[in-house]
Amino acid sequence: MWDYTDKVLDHFRNPRNVGVIPDPDGVGEVGSLACGDALKLTFKLAPDGRIADAKFQTFGCASAIASSSALTEIIKGMTLDEAERVTNQDIAHYLGGLPEQKMHCSVMGREALEAAIDNHRRGTTAKKILQGRVICNCFGVTESEIERVCRENRLTTVEQVTNYTKAGGGCGNCKPQIEDILRRVLSEQARAQTPVAQVKSAAPLTHLKKIRLIEETIEREIRPKLLQDGGDIELVDVIGNRVVIALRGMCAGCAVASVTMKDVIETALREFVSPDLEVEEARQ
Amino acid sequence: MKNVYLDNNATTQVAPEVVEAMMPFFKELWGNPSSMHAFGGGVKRHMEKAREQVAALINADPSEIIFTSCGTESDNTAIRGGVEGAGRPLNVITTRVEHPAVLGPCRYLKEAGRREIELTVDAVGQMNLVELGEALSQGPALVSIMWANNETGVIFPVAEVAEAVKAAGSILHTDAVQAVGKVPVDVRRVPVDMLSLSGHKLHTPKGVGALYIRKGTKLKPFMLGGHQENGRRGGTENVPYIVGLGCACEFAKSWIPEEATKVAALRDRLEKQLLAKCPDARVNGDTKHRLPNTLNISFEYIEGESILYHLSDLGVAASSGSACTSGSLEPSHVLRAMGVPFTAVNGSIRFSLSRYNTEEEIDYVAECMAGIVRKLRELSPFGHR
Repeated sequence: MWDYTDKVLDHFRNPRNVGVIPDPDGVGEVGSLACGDALKLTFKLAPDGRIADAKFQTFGCASAIASSSALTEIIKGMTLDEAERVTNQDIAHYLGGLPEQKMHCSVMGREALEAAIDNHRRGTTAKKILQGRVICNCFGVTESEIERVCRENRLTTVEQVTNYTKAGGGCGNCKPQIEDILRRVLSEQARAQTPVAQVKSAAPLTHLKKIRLIEETIEREIRPKLLQDGGDIELVDVIGNRVVIALRGMCAGCAVASVTMKDVIETALREFVSPDLEVEEARQ
Repeated sequence: MKNVYLDNNATTQVAPEVVEAMMPFFKELWGNPSSMHAFGGGVKRHMEKAREQVAALINADPSEIIFTSCGTESDNTAIRGGVEGAGRPLNVITTRVEHPAVLGPCRYLKEAGRREIELTVDAVGQMNLVELGEALSQGPALVSIMWANNETGVIFPVAEVAEAVKAAGSILHTDAVQAVGKVPVDVRRVPVDMLSLSGHKLHTPKGVGALYIRKGTKLKPFMLGGHQENGRRGGTENVPYIVGLGCACEFAKSWIPEEATKVAALRDRLEKQLLAKCPDARVNGDTKHRLPNTLNISFEYIEGESILYHLSDLGVAASSGSACTSGSLEPSHVLRAMGVPFTAVNGSIRFSLSRYNTEEEIDYVAECMAGIVRKLRELSPFGHR
């Protein structure tokens, strides 16, 4: 059995707000019988613009039913601007957490809410429309959806993406594409955290600035990765665009050291310092 | 609260008689059966008696039985050991609906460069002998075809398969983990070369299985080590469990007639009541060739995990082919291979009975199911169609 919290089991056994509101102000539908879960959300607004009532119907597992029930409880009393900011994390949090493999149930809740708000504001169809490039054909998950879930939940592995969006959970053919998206989002996040990217695009680097940037990038981007594998790195010299480094610990004499040099070290230095850099290993 | 166990294809209740038979081997009779002294010799005698009891259940010679740790080990030994020890290149032929313990080693051999063919099944989960013949015509093979399916209970025509495999000069292994003890299995009448069985489906504790290896079958040991089991499986024998397996096989032999009458009648009673009480339900699998204890039934518009959790709240244990219960996002490969629509796969429930079940329990479960199906359909956006 899954390790469900008491709150998940309570909302599964005694779901709140089951049904369909007649003549609703917003309707959102996501999922299908084939996907294994589906949710229809309806809401009614009060004269002050707050959500007066919300009801759901769900086809799915215990955590899908509990997530839908939680969603309706969360959004009642909210304005649409407030409801728009509800994330899947809020739903999971309300339930005291969900098993990692079931996080997609909370994402389904957020998607239905989004579709219902769109339906109210723009009169668009209640069904969630796939926008942009579809990555996972088995479960109909788009690139933008994967990007969003990665960002909101700070995901780092393909397995997590599958747990949160189902993408890659069918035939698995799209896993390399998910990997690409994940890498892109992660590097965007890394760049957003640091002012280095701006420095890079500014005036040409002086030699001193270049060395400092290289040192910073090694500390922030490269050393932590090498330390994970029991290795380490030392900056020996910078001669023009040639960066001379020495690999230490497990990395010294490692059979794939040349791959590490190119894929990890040079890639990071080129991205964060200057695209002209060449990395070479110091002669012992 | 009630406690109704209808998940016997997953594992079975340990029979009290089996535990009793095992107890002396935890306390007094702890010797190593390979030892050259009385501590070992006394134990070996009991182990050889267990070998006779296992052999008797399937009409084999005791020298053709080796003990293993589980059904999965038996399957791996037969398939990998059979192919790698054949002394000639063999293809691998199996079906799409096998247990992962068979599909795993078959696909491993495929990755290692063997030609692997997975036969299809029809809408009721039955295989096609013509397709088997075509696969056999592609060269000598090790064929691994289950006696009965764990999810649907569908029984394959193993006798006809054995005839075809023999005529083609190939080798036949059968995973009979679900069949042994539920239907008569006779390796003289149905001449398979190897057959896997498992203790915990026969009311022993988990941790023991056996492999039948017909005399003259070439096999490379899977567990390399000492000379135990005539050099066919290294490792000191798990004596208490082996004795338990022997005891369970002896009981199973005497209970088989009851399976076909009492257990089948209970299963049919459940099937009839569920179809009567729950609209939009369908039985999965070939009901003419099916284990007496198994019922696989789909309830449209609702999802299996939700059904199981509600059943569990009411003290009832069953299982489902739904994606949500599989540990991955993929629903049952067996039902998908049969072409059962996704909508029905996700709402599929397997009830698997044993001789310990009663009519009262069956009526209770049918009553529970009627309520659960109604409740979940009220919740489902598809429930009112």
